[in-house]
Amino acid sequence: MIQTIAFYLFATLLIASGALTILARNPVHSVLWLILAFFNAAGLMVLVGAEFIAMLLVIVYVGAVAVLFLFVVMMLDIDFAELRAGLARYLPFGMVLALVLLCEMVFAVGAWRAGGVDLGHRLGATPADVPNIEAIGTLLYTRYLYIFEGAGLVLLVAMIGAIVLTHRARSGVRPQNVAAQNRRRPEDAIRKVNQPVGQGVEL
Amino acid sequence: MIGLQHYVTVSAILFVLGVLGIFLNRKNVIIILMAIELILLSVNINLVAFSAFLHDLVGQVFAMFVLTVAAGEAAIGLAILVIYFRGRGTIAVDDINRMKG
Repeated sequence: MIQTIAFYLFATLLIASGALTILARNPVHSVLWLILAFFNAAGLMVLVGAEFIAMLLVIVYVGAVAVLFLFVVMMLDIDFAELRAGLARYLPFGMVLALVLLCEMVFAVGAWRAGGVDLGHRLGATPADVPNIEAIGTLLYTRYLYIFEGAGLVLLVAMIGAIVLTHRARSGVRPQNVAAQNRRRPEDAIRKVNQPVGQGVEL
Repeated sequence: MIGLQHYVTVSAILFVLGVLGIFLNRKNVIIILMAIELILLSVNINLVAFSAFLHDLVGQVFAMFVLTVAAGEAAIGLAILVIYFRGRGTIAVDDINRMKG
């Protein structure tokens, strides 16, 4: 009973916050609704027994991606009222497309329930007495090790790409040149003179 | 009792909302990126629900990879957005016509 109530709570809040994400006037509000949607999706996943993915969703999506969005929205100085101008014009076409997509999904679910899709084959059966995280770790670090490392590589490439794209060499600043500093020797910098008395110093 | 159908329905509605978001906010790249995140989230819900109800862990492993790609996509997309804004001073999709595509 409590599970049913929790499911409907999470599902309603998820869909409502998803709708408000795409409808909010202010993009900052949009990002905040997106964060609420992520939290509710994590709740749904906890309900179904996938604790690891739920925690990953909170940490990665809310902690990194949503904060990145918030950062970019607040950093760029954009006139958002002008960007929303065509909303009413695109609404009918978007609604038609969404309805078509929804009908297709209903058909697909109907075909699946009618037995058109065979889902009996198990690739990695869930162990009965092992916690979710341990079971996923066992699978991830043995059978899917190379794919896991490939995912790490994807993240590395994304990180390097983002840094290379947004890095700019600024002119007009005088950064420290460590190599030149280390190359410098006392004989280059110091001059010993026998200064005669009563004459000016030659600089 | 909550079954697989309920989860698939929620995920389908969220997916459609994401696609609708792309069409409604056709000028604002930031909202389009957020709509793509919504779509990926619905895919993740689908994968995890099927994984749980069919007692097959591979779905959760795949959901993790989808999450990885989503994070990378958001980082690269926002980086492109920042350099585009730096060069042009706007992020309206209609104005992106420099390559005459």
